[in-house]
Parts: sequence; C-alpha cells; structure tokens
Amino acid sequence: MRSLQPEIQYATLSQQGETAQLGMWVFIATETLFFGALIFTYFIYRDAYPKEFAEAGKDAVLWCGSVNVGLLLTSSLTMVLAIDAAADGRRRHLKNWLLATAGLGIAFVCVKGVEWCLDLAHHDVPSINFIMKPAEAPAGELFWVFYFIATPLHALHLLIGLGLILYMLWRVRRGDLTPAYYAPLEVVGLYWSFVDTVWIFLYPCIYLVGRS
Amino acid sequence: MATITAGLPTSYVTSENTISSWLLTKDHKRIALLFFASITFFFFIGGIAATLIRMHLATPEGLLQPDIYNRMFTMHGIVMVWFFLIPSIPTTLGNFIIPLAIGAHDLAFPRINLASWYVFNLSGLVLLYALIMGGIDTGWTFYTPYSTLFANGYVIAATLAVFINGFSSIMTGLNFVVTIHRLRAPGMTWMRLPLFVWGIYSVSLVMLLATPVLAMTVLLVAMERFMGVGIFDPARGGDPLLFQHMFWFYSHPAVYIMILPAMGVVSELITCYVRRPIFGYTGMTYALMSIAIISFFVWGHHMFTAGISIYSAVVFSLMTFFVAVPSAIKVFNWTASLHKGSITFDAPMLYALGFVLLFTIGGLTGLIVATVALDVHLQDTYFVIAHFHYIMVGGTVSAFFGGLHYWWPKITGRLYPEMWARMAALLTFVGFNLTFFPQFILGYLGMPRRYYAYPPEWQAWNVLSSAGASILAVAYILPLGYLGWSLLRGERAAPNPWRATGLEWQTSSPPPKHNFERTPVVTAGPYLYDPEDGGFIAQNGAVNA
Ligand SMILES: [Cu+2]
Repeated sequence: MRSLQPEIQYATLSQQGETAQLGMWVFIATETLFFGALIFTYFIYRDAYPKEFAEAGKDAVLWCGSVNVGLLLTSSLTMVLAIDAAADGRRRHLKNWLLATAGLGIAFVCVKGVEWCLDLAHHDVPSINFIMKPAEAPAGELFWVFYFIATPLHALHLLIGLGLILYMLWRVRRGDLTPAYYAPLEVVGLYWSFVDTVWIFLYPCIYLVGRS
Repeated sequence: MATITAGLPTSYVTSENTISSWLLTKDHKRIALLFFASITFFFFIGGIAATLIRMHLATPEGLLQPDIYNRMFTMHGIVMVWFFLIPSIPTTLGNFIIPLAIGAHDLAFPRINLASWYVFNLSGLVLLYALIMGGIDTGWTFYTPYSTLFANGYVIAATLAVFINGFSSIMTGLNFVVTIHRLRAPGMTWMRLPLFVWGIYSVSLVMLLATPVLAMTVLLVAMERFMGVGIFDPARGGDPLLFQHMFWFYSHPAVYIMILPAMGVVSELITCYVRRPIFGYTGMTYALMSIAIISFFVWGHHMFTAGISIYSAVVFSLMTFFVAVPSAIKVFNWTASLHKGSITFDAPMLYALGFVLLFTIGGLTGLIVATVALDVHLQDTYFVIAHFHYIMVGGTVSAFFGGLHYWWPKITGRLYPEMWARMAALLTFVGFNLTFFPQFILGYLGMPRRYYAYPPEWQAWNVLSSAGASILAVAYILPLGYLGWSLLRGERAAPNPWRATGLEWQTSSPPPKHNFERTPVVTAGPYLYDPEDGGFIAQNGAVNA
C-alpha cells in the first residue's frame, strides 16, 4: 500500500479530504439551481395548463419510472455500504459494493432506454413523431419537451457518476483508498446521492401528474 | 546568469520554461496569466465592435448596413459581458492574488482552475465560429420569440458558447469559495480578510448560484431552435416572458458579478494610497454580502414595460431601491476613508477615485431607472445604456486597470512607468465621461437603443460620444504599450514597493512557485496604515517591511 502525501496547498490529508467534500457540496448547490430552473419552468407551465399536463402525463410509462426509483434508492444504499467498507479497510467488500452500485446504475440506464423506446412507440417524442391528442392541446407537447430535456440530462449525470465509480474501482485496485484517506470515495458518494435525489424530484413531476 | 540569481528564490515565471510547463501548469499565478491573455484578446474583439458602433452613430444615416449594425452591437454585448467583464477581475487578479492574500500555497483545486481556462477558450472558439460564420442579431439578451423563431443568425452556436462559458465561471467561483473557506493561513480569520478577498468571495457565491440558471435558460433556447419545439412560443403554449424572467434572474446578478470584485479592488487601492485603515470594515463586508444576496431579488426591474403586473413591478422597484443602501454604504465609507489621510495620486489611486465617482453616477441613475414611472419613459433608451456603462465600464474596467497597475510589480517583478500610467488613468476618466454622459441626455430626449439611424437633431450629442470613444480607445491601448515596455525594460520591483499591508507583499516579486517559503502566520487585521508617518503593520505582524 502506498502512503499518500497531501497536495502542496494542504497541510494534512484530512484537510485535503474535507476540502474535497466541501467542493462537492458547493457543486451540488449549483446543480440544484440548474435542475431547479428546469423544474421551475415545468411548474410554471403546469400551473398554466393543469388539465393538459395531466392528460399528457398519462402516457408516461409508470412501471419504468417506479422500477428506476427502486434501483436508484438501492444503489445509494450500496454506495454507503461501499464507503463504510472503505472506512473499515475491507477491500473486497468495498470492491463488491462498488460493483453492485455500478450494476444498479447500468440497470437504470437500460430501463430508461426501454422507456424511451416505448415513448417513441406512443408517438410522444417532440420534433420526431409527436402527435398531439385533442385533450392535451396546446400544451401537451410542452410536457414531453420537459420530459425529453430532463431525463437525458439526468441520464447524462448518471453516466458521469458511473464513470466516477469505475475510476474509484481503479483506485481501489491501485490501493490508494485506505481507512486513513478515502475522501474521494465520499465525494463520489455525495454526487451519486445527488443524482438519485434529482430522480426523486423528477418522478412525481413525470409519472404521477396524470394519475391523481 | 547563475551568479546573478543565486540567493534569490526562483520565481514562478522562471522556475520552468517549456511551453507545456505553461499549458499544463497547475500554478494559480501562471493560470492567471493565461487568463490575462485570453480576456485581453476578447477585450479588443469587443472593442473593435464598439468602435464600429460609435463610428456608425457619428452620422444620422450611419456607415454600416442595418443588419451588420445589429450584428455588431450583439457581438459587442456578448463578448464584453461574458468574455471580458465577468471573468475580468476574478480570473486574473483574483486568481493571482487570492491565494497569496490569504497565505495559501495555491487554490484548493488547481486542476479545476486550469480546466476553467481551457473551457473558457473552448467557449471563446465556439463564439468566434458564430462570429466568423456571420454573427447573430438578437442583442446579447437573446430575447424570445425573436431569437427562437425569427433570427437568422447563428443563435445555437452563440447560446452554446454562453452555456460552455458558464462552466468556466462556475469552476472558478467554486474554487474561490472552497479556497477561502478552507485554505486561510493560521490567524487569518474572516474579519481579518482583506476586502478584495471578501469581494471575490461574494462574487463567487453569485456566480455559483446564478450561472446554472442562465445555463438552463440558453439551453432551452438552443433546444427550441434545434428541435423546432415551442418552449417560449405563445402559439404552442409557451410563454416568451418566462424567458425574460429566467434570463434576468441570472443577468441582473451578472452586473454584480462584475462590480463586487471591483469594489474589493478599490478598497485595497484606497487604503494603500491614503495610508489609512478603511472606514467601517465590518460594514463593508456586510455591504458586499447583502448586495450579493439582494441581487437575486431585483430582476423584474428589467421588465417593467414587458407586461408584468403593476404589483410585481412595485415590489421589484422597492427591492432595487434596497440595493442602493449597501451600495451607498460603500461609497460613503470609501469617501470617509479619504478623510485625514495622506493621499498620493499614483495611477492606481486615480483609477480608484475614478471608480468611486463613476460608480456613484451609475448607481444614482440606477435609482432613476428603477422607478417604475420614470422607467416607462427611459426603458430601452440610451439612458439605460449610459447607466449600465457607468457601472460596468466606468466601475469595473476602471477598477480592473487600477488593480492591474497596483499588483503589476507583484505579478511581473517590474515597476510600470508612473507618468504614462497617470496619463492613461486621466484619459480613461475624461474619455469615459465624454463617451457616456451625452448618452444620458440622448436617452432622456428619447433616442432608443439598438436603432441604427436617428434624426439629425441628435447628431451633436452623438458626435461628442463618438469623440469620447476615440479618447477612451487611446486610454485602453496606451497601457498595452507601456506595460509591455515595462515587462522588458521596467525597473526591478522590491517585494513591497507600495508599502502595503497584504500578505501578497510579504513574499518576493514575482513570488516563488508555491508563493511562500514558509506558511505565514497572521497576527493583524488588514489596512493597519498610519496616516501620520505613512508607516504600516503587515498582516503577518511585520512593521514597515
Ligand atoms: Cu438589473
């Protein structure tokens, strides 16, 4: 196992670790406003067209969204277990929990892909094959525009998270996540939980709006 | 050569000399210089567009084709706002000075700092692409539905450039916030921070919380154009006013992104050249933070004539008046700091005084346009143009040049020629006022902004304005000449040529690669100057050194 030195601007490794975590918290604050602005536009339009949005939302594939909630929540659990294993220095557990997290993330993307195909089959993709039902005119398309901006953006964040997990697996292999210093993993964990939380907010906007 | 430099610590400039040691550097000081190069380039691009605009407006019938004129003022706005003013002080002076001023060896995330520069240049390339392919004519505000449905320029490329540019802003802001929270030297408490650090801290918060909203807004515009959907198209259920709300939610705070660091710079300059502690330090910090916070709740004052309800107009008007309170506190405190000081009128001080005067005019006229009834008359006239140029150019650019001269010896290890610098500072002040004061009058008379022609009776004021612009151009090109000369031939600078109190002056000029030989320990507040004999106590407790 290699012994890590802090970078030149830090006095200690723990200062370096705390700073990295603060950096991720600050980043999450900006991300909150990024997704927040999008969800804000959604609520403005939903407020203007409540019936039309409810009608358009009936086409959203409920089972896909719900399964994905389950997958992501579970993946946050496995991520925390990975961090716990890192803190205890159980390297094999750490690796396995990280692999489980990545697996759940990949499953999410697959379900999402299936869902997008179903949306295509339902003629719900704006600018490709969207057909406005009379009950949802004129704003039904806005709902699906929101959907097709929000879900790919979220999926993109998730893919970045998967990349970070792979990077963590590589660092586990290299042996530089030790009980003395595993802050990078905690930072990735924060990010992963944020991506999870975004989905929790998108879920009711997309899947429950037409089903009250 | 070795015999000459022996005994001196190797500076960050000379420590390595390969091209890759610059392009892959993680040193905040080198990255600051890289940013200097980029924003100077864009300053002159935006300046060329401004020159063409003023040449065009010297005669009522003009010089450019109407369509070209539209593209020129759009390019001027986009380049100056996102590619010069917003990054100007934070990425250059902030990048260079902040770690030094708080006694740190670098920023918290040096790789992110370097990435910010690359992302900035990438966004610049995308913008240049839009420019070379024919530009856009929407104005820098990209108002819908014109930008989404009718404009025939490269709107997607330009909005993409602004989107990418936002990442650079966010990376830089994030680095500063985290650095100032975690990397202060022992003894550097929050209430001992120099006001420049407070200015950068407050502006970073605004960058972090406002920029993502702009990113989403321009993304929606680009998506609407690209996918042919109707996010802001009223015929398809969209709301064009929603765009304005979201755009100004960022773009009003953006004005404070420009002015807050400038306020920080000016506080450093005034104390040093007055040899007096700042008047009301605590009030200054609270003023910075409250300007940052209130800036998020005033955006509606850009929309008084856009069809928002009278009740929200009144509330936004009131909130805008509130911003004037901390702004006035700052102006009064700077003025009070002059009292019983021993003032030297060196170039940085001239720029700082220019800042205070021009910012005051810009601020007071801001109250006029924030008044709903008056704004109905003044909205979209040259009065508004003059008002915000007093803040952004008279304020921010003056402070940028003041700070550049003040820290020049620290950055380069050379002194600049004082007489030339004073002349540039005076020319800036004279040229600026001559350019923009007539625009207040034109606006009051009713000359609308963005029109390419005007009735002949307004020509006299427009000629004055264009004449002022040519003086301003000289004042901006002049430093390029004498600072360039100083880089090669200027007198070598001592570590603390201005006898200033900040920690950045307690290391060599230029500083060594990691700033300090040993981490400094802070024992004193900022600005312990003595007006009686001009003496001072530096923040590490050194007396007159
Ligand atoms: Cu404003």
